[in-house]
Amino acid sequence: MAVKTATGAPAPLPADAAAAPAKKGFWAWLNKRLPVDEFITTQMTGYLAPKNFNIWYFFGSLALAVLVLQLLSGIYLTMFYKVGETTSFDSVEYIMREVSYGWLIRYLHSTGASAFFIVVYLHMYRALLYGSYRPPRELLWLIGMLVYLALMAEAFMGYVLPWGNMSFWGAQVIVNLFGTIPGIGPGLVEWIRGDYGIADATLNRFYALHVALIPLGLLLLVVLHLTALHQVGSNNPDGVEIKEKVGPDGKPLDGIPFHPYYTVKDVFGLGVFAVLFALVVFFVPTLGGLFLESPNFEPANPLSTPEHIAPVWYFTPYYAMLRAVPDQRLGALLMLFAVSAFLFLPWLDGSPVKSIRYKGWMSRTALAVFTVSFVALGYLGLQPAEGLYVVLARIFTIFYFLFFLLMPFYTRLDPVKPVPERVTYHAH
Amino acid sequence: MRTDPGRSARGRGGDAAARLACSLLTALLTMLLAHRTAGAAEEAADGKEAVRFGADWRSWHANTDVTDLPSVQRGARNFASFCLGCHGLKYERWSRLAGDLTIPQDLLQKDLLPPGDKTTDYILTTMPPKDAENWFGKTPPDLTLMARARGRDYLYQFLKTFYVDPSRQTGTNNLRLPTTAMPDVLSELGGLKRAVFRDVMTKNEGGQFTHEQVFDRFEVIAPGRLSESEYDGFVRDTVNFLDYVSEPTQAARRALGVWVVLFLLVFTWLAWLVKREYWKDVH
Repeated sequence: MAVKTATGAPAPLPADAAAAPAKKGFWAWLNKRLPVDEFITTQMTGYLAPKNFNIWYFFGSLALAVLVLQLLSGIYLTMFYKVGETTSFDSVEYIMREVSYGWLIRYLHSTGASAFFIVVYLHMYRALLYGSYRPPRELLWLIGMLVYLALMAEAFMGYVLPWGNMSFWGAQVIVNLFGTIPGIGPGLVEWIRGDYGIADATLNRFYALHVALIPLGLLLLVVLHLTALHQVGSNNPDGVEIKEKVGPDGKPLDGIPFHPYYTVKDVFGLGVFAVLFALVVFFVPTLGGLFLESPNFEPANPLSTPEHIAPVWYFTPYYAMLRAVPDQRLGALLMLFAVSAFLFLPWLDGSPVKSIRYKGWMSRTALAVFTVSFVALGYLGLQPAEGLYVVLARIFTIFYFLFFLLMPFYTRLDPVKPVPERVTYHAH
Repeated sequence: MRTDPGRSARGRGGDAAARLACSLLTALLTMLLAHRTAGAAEEAADGKEAVRFGADWRSWHANTDVTDLPSVQRGARNFASFCLGCHGLKYERWSRLAGDLTIPQDLLQKDLLPPGDKTTDYILTTMPPKDAENWFGKTPPDLTLMARARGRDYLYQFLKTFYVDPSRQTGTNNLRLPTTAMPDVLSELGGLKRAVFRDVMTKNEGGQFTHEQVFDRFEVIAPGRLSESEYDGFVRDTVNFLDYVSEPTQAARRALGVWVVLFLLVFTWLAWLVKREYWKDVH
């Protein structure tokens, strides 16, 4: 039975585990019927990860932790939340005031939404830094991008559910973007809303999608993402394939078992994250209007438009691009390109090296400009669309796209540095 | 089901706290009554106070502290006396208010609870919404979440910047919310003020000069029953109460947060020790 593990080394045969004398009784009975031991051996203790992971490698496991938090807190919220245009807002306040520790669960969920995007953006940025999207990890990257898209849909619909005034107007702006599609646009918008405006029908279907369909899709995609990861193995800050340097036992010289080494390390990372997370939840749950916006403490009111309609911070880079274009249809198209540009990275990057550590000044400059542009657009998306803000948004939008469009050229012209044979690791 | 940490903690020291609150409330009511007679005379003599109403009202901060229980209690009293006639707090129950602010049952019944209301009822105004709309042009908003929606400073500035404006139906106008439908219901306490505007020339985008009316200062027309600093305290207490009511659990939230963060710090430290031990094998 030639089971291939992620690291390419032959997996310890299940027979090995069965032969161990200690495995008797219930455990043996269980393993005959369910491959628990095999799973642990191939996916945890036998999954060899590069030993040189740095701080950027915490965010994958943190994203998983936040996903679990969102599922659990979300299920708890559904026990008290009452969907409907006359009940949603009131039931959220009921949760905040009258349900035992309801405020805590709600803040965990609302802070969790922002935290999800923080860790996912950092997780994606790690891939940009170390070329984790390069072959053989293209599919891993694509599945990850689908996770990101599903997460955006999930967050958008979840944001509508409290039925505050920004929920209403945010939904209005975003759903209307579909109306810019030539021909089918107006009909499509009506079909999405289920009404002539954002209304009860819209709220109800967003609820269904937010609590059932999209979470199921997210879970499936995350399982696929992890399966693909364990199939090809993790990249690392040096961008060196550890499978190419194997020892006499056929195992990668620079690989260490995921469990216990990275499980204990990730638990520590989770602790640091939890401290920061708790500081927000308990001391600044609205984070000055960034995580929970003040207009959302007023019920949805179709007759009263908030002064500045802005989405939550994690959408603002794209929102700034939308507003930077005078024509709404072009703006919407640009937004679509901006999000989907990431999908093409594996084929745009032609550099002979993966990691930024060995890339030259061209790639470094491009990534730096892209980073500044993305953050700046995020800031500009929160500001009113007027004067200098729009001019800056246009400039940064151009830089954003140049990062992708020029990538095939600068990555090939870039004077790269020699890549070491093995990963660089200094024991502490 | 309903066991908030803040409340159960208060429950243990409940009697002493209730007695304290009771005496505080009594003292305050007495003080206020005394000022009602003395305050007006003082105010009239001290016309210079008007100078303190500066043009920089946008930078006024409420600087309230929701853990200052006597202040929140005074705010509750202010609310019941001056706001409840038109504005409700539809997400807050009387019993919740009494429990959180340690107001004894008999005081709640006697001074706060509208006749016929049960202590478990929500704090609702008795003004019929339809009449309100006829009288003011719009129904006065519910104030439960106003401090979260607009912020404490907004409420503070709003209650401090009413001025006489004969062109308005209510006879008054407001700097924070111009053309507000709300009449200056606190004028008997804060007095009537006139707003003095300066004529300022500004260059518009087209390069042309335009005249603009910029607020300069307030002048007292008729002093209220409270001195300026007393009125300021009155407004701050009221804003503090509205801050409490916008998120009744906020004090408990912060108190619990300290323990959670401390626990997580210890947990993280232990996790780091475990990690360091395991990683000694990695070379």
